[in-house]
Amino acid sequence: MTSDSRNPALVVIQLTGGNDPLNTFIPYGDGLYYDFRPNIAIPPEEVIPIDDQFGFNPNLRTIKELWDQGKVAIINGIGYPNPNRSHFRSMDIWHTCEPDKVGTEGWLGRAIRDLDPRGENVLTGVNFGRGLPRALGCRGVPVASVGELETYGLFPDIQDELLRRYALEAFGKMYGGAQGRDVVIDFLGQTGNNALKGADILRTAPQKYSSSVEYAQNPIAQNLKNIAQVMFADLGTRIFYTQHGNFDTHSGELKGRGKHAKLWQEVAPAVGDFYADLKEHGREQDTLILIFTEFGRRIKDNGSGSDHGSGGTAFVIGGAVRGGMYGEFPSLKEEDQLIGDLQANNDFRGTYSTILERWLGLEAATVVNGQFEQFELIPKR
Amino acid sequence: MSNRDMALMAHLIRRAGFGATRDELEEYLTKGYETVVEELLHPSDSALRSIPDDVLRRFHQNMGEMRNIDGVACYWMYRMINTRCPLEEKLSLFWHGLFATGNSKLSSPMSLLNQIDTFRRHALGPFATLLIELSKDPAMIMWLDNNDNHKGATNENYGRELLELFSMGIGNYTEQDIKECARAFTGWTVGNAEYNAVRANKDSIWPYSRYAWHFEYRDYDHDDGIKTFLGEQGRFNGEDIIDIIVRQQATAHFICTRLFQYFGADQVDQDGEQVIQEMVNSYFESGYEIRPVLRTLFNSDYFKSEKARFARVKGPVELVIGAMRLAGTYRKPTMNVEQLTKYTGYMGQTIFQPPSVEGWHEGMEWIDSGALVERVNFVGKELSNVKNPGMRQMIDRLASERGGTFSPEELVDRCVDLLGPIPVADDTRASLVEYTARQGVLHLEGHQPGDESEQRVGDLVRLVTATREFQLA
Repeated sequence: MTSDSRNPALVVIQLTGGNDPLNTFIPYGDGLYYDFRPNIAIPPEEVIPIDDQFGFNPNLRTIKELWDQGKVAIINGIGYPNPNRSHFRSMDIWHTCEPDKVGTEGWLGRAIRDLDPRGENVLTGVNFGRGLPRALGCRGVPVASVGELETYGLFPDIQDELLRRYALEAFGKMYGGAQGRDVVIDFLGQTGNNALKGADILRTAPQKYSSSVEYAQNPIAQNLKNIAQVMFADLGTRIFYTQHGNFDTHSGELKGRGKHAKLWQEVAPAVGDFYADLKEHGREQDTLILIFTEFGRRIKDNGSGSDHGSGGTAFVIGGAVRGGMYGEFPSLKEEDQLIGDLQANNDFRGTYSTILERWLGLEAATVVNGQFEQFELIPKR
Repeated sequence: MSNRDMALMAHLIRRAGFGATRDELEEYLTKGYETVVEELLHPSDSALRSIPDDVLRRFHQNMGEMRNIDGVACYWMYRMINTRCPLEEKLSLFWHGLFATGNSKLSSPMSLLNQIDTFRRHALGPFATLLIELSKDPAMIMWLDNNDNHKGATNENYGRELLELFSMGIGNYTEQDIKECARAFTGWTVGNAEYNAVRANKDSIWPYSRYAWHFEYRDYDHDDGIKTFLGEQGRFNGEDIIDIIVRQQATAHFICTRLFQYFGADQVDQDGEQVIQEMVNSYFESGYEIRPVLRTLFNSDYFKSEKARFARVKGPVELVIGAMRLAGTYRKPTMNVEQLTKYTGYMGQTIFQPPSVEGWHEGMEWIDSGALVERVNFVGKELSNVKNPGMRQMIDRLASERGGTFSPEELVDRCVDLLGPIPVADDTRASLVEYTARQGVLHLEGHQPGDESEQRVGDLVRLVTATREFQLA
């Protein structure tokens, strides 16, 4: 529980492209892992063990350190029935919680609407990256999408500060005038004003920020730094979203400075730095980090990488987390596989529900389209 | 020529194409409205349609082999910018939205490009031909699993979407019709389908690398039995099914409505319904062809009326292509070509990656705060750059008028005219005037490329393209 009445925040990190779960959290005690992956298995001596069966990929050292502090919940075998192996479609399913038909509303868009039904704060949800992920999309719910915080907003190409201010003023007037003329013009006006308002507030965040943490110069580290800046500026943001990729490691997964290794060399330290930043600012009890990907990968390697599969691993990290393994680690045995893939044994909407109800204090069923078994990975707030 | 004629021509070219510079519009105007409509409707009459293929591909590394989806998407966007037959590309974009096929499942960019070529060839002709070619299109076959549609073991995916999304619309057929439709398309597959399915799913070059996909009809896998489809009975094959589909009232209404919403107005009101009915009549009178349907729309009083003006929210691709055409950029091979597809993606539309087989949600759905910021910034940056050819033309034109001297009001009025004309609301105009009035009267006399006087025009243009009105077509 928090010491003051600060609202809990959720930070979602999307690993785009299908992170290979078996090379992330590794069943190194299972000989089948090495049998199926002659080319891309992580050698047992490189695994950072948590027991004699499982261990972390060596590039997840910082996550392992948080694990040792009991701050990491590993959710094994996470997925959904009839897994789809298309990146786009599977990501869509994770975003909209609609495995059978095409959904139009994102789960976090709905959550933002429920957190702020009258849309009083245009920054309740903020995405860090370009383009709005479907998870945050929901008609009438304003969500800022921030490429670079330092230059975020309208007309970043105007160098002259004064000229830019004039342009922004004019934009505000142009989008504020004459409501009630036409539904589309009104909607554009409201959207433009939300964008302007959000940008005005967000721009103040970096100036207020100071920290001893030095983030690396890669996109995920910088995005997490931006998240920290906005969070510590207390702008009322409850949901932060960012992504990193591309985890689509069909080839060159391991060789040399393999793709998978390189990606985790960016993500894991960034998460570690972010957590240290949270601690430095006394926020670790109020912040929950969810790391997910759209699907796992095939159990067997393809020679130099792994192809699209199902059944993945997700992480939930935070000061309030009850560290440990959740969900069953799927069996690698041939007879237990789902056409060459890991069988998911828990629906991702269960993890979502856990977060929505226990962390954000929302009713989950309407957000995720149904009742799903929750995990005890965080206490009810 | 009157201002009214100019506004109408600009409207036609915005809808039937991606907009045009003032110079181009003046050229169109000398021909007259009906003639231009006919020209647009007959793209194959134009000898040189676009930048030659070899020039485009030679100078763009990622277009060389057409293996990279971004390269392939940019290739098409390049054609949209440079085409002399804009309706051909605009209509292909329509079919791409309606028959939305995505690379996510195919991992075969070249096949998607071939599909667009098929649209180009058949977009304006008999609808039956288009649907038959679509049913034989390898990308579509793989996208909607018709390669898994076998005699005695049907896969209904294609059969269902053909009726629901591609021709008749939901509620105009039964589940039994879907089953029978699927049976008729058994055996319609691609050569080496089994391997292609594995390859598409794995997207790796093993074991046999990539090769071109082609349609294959497998007689032994075709269910030749009697089928009952929409009340008719026979040993129907796919062509017969399509022949029945195109004769349906529902098909005519569905396709004409979609065309109306894409070319006419996002919202269909009562007057719109009337135009759709006229389009439907043209469809039947012509023996189910698309060209007469569009001719009826473009020549209708409704389309020409004020009511239809700016009654559509520009889609991201439409917006970006239109802005690049105004800016005069991307007319030659260009270094940063990938940004075109990246930016439309930020705005919510990536060519060849529709969110689903239902295509993109259009109209107001294009607008959210993130997308709006991207739209305003990208377009504003390109069009405020006074070094771009389109802006140079505009500035030279302004400099030649009124001795190059403009009061703030005059400058705003000229800019919204030359960028459209865009009928901006009074308060929008007032804000633009206030903005540019800070620097007083503009003197372009003796202007030098990129100097302060020119940049003032650029700064105002940036703001004009940021208006709500500019988001509409």
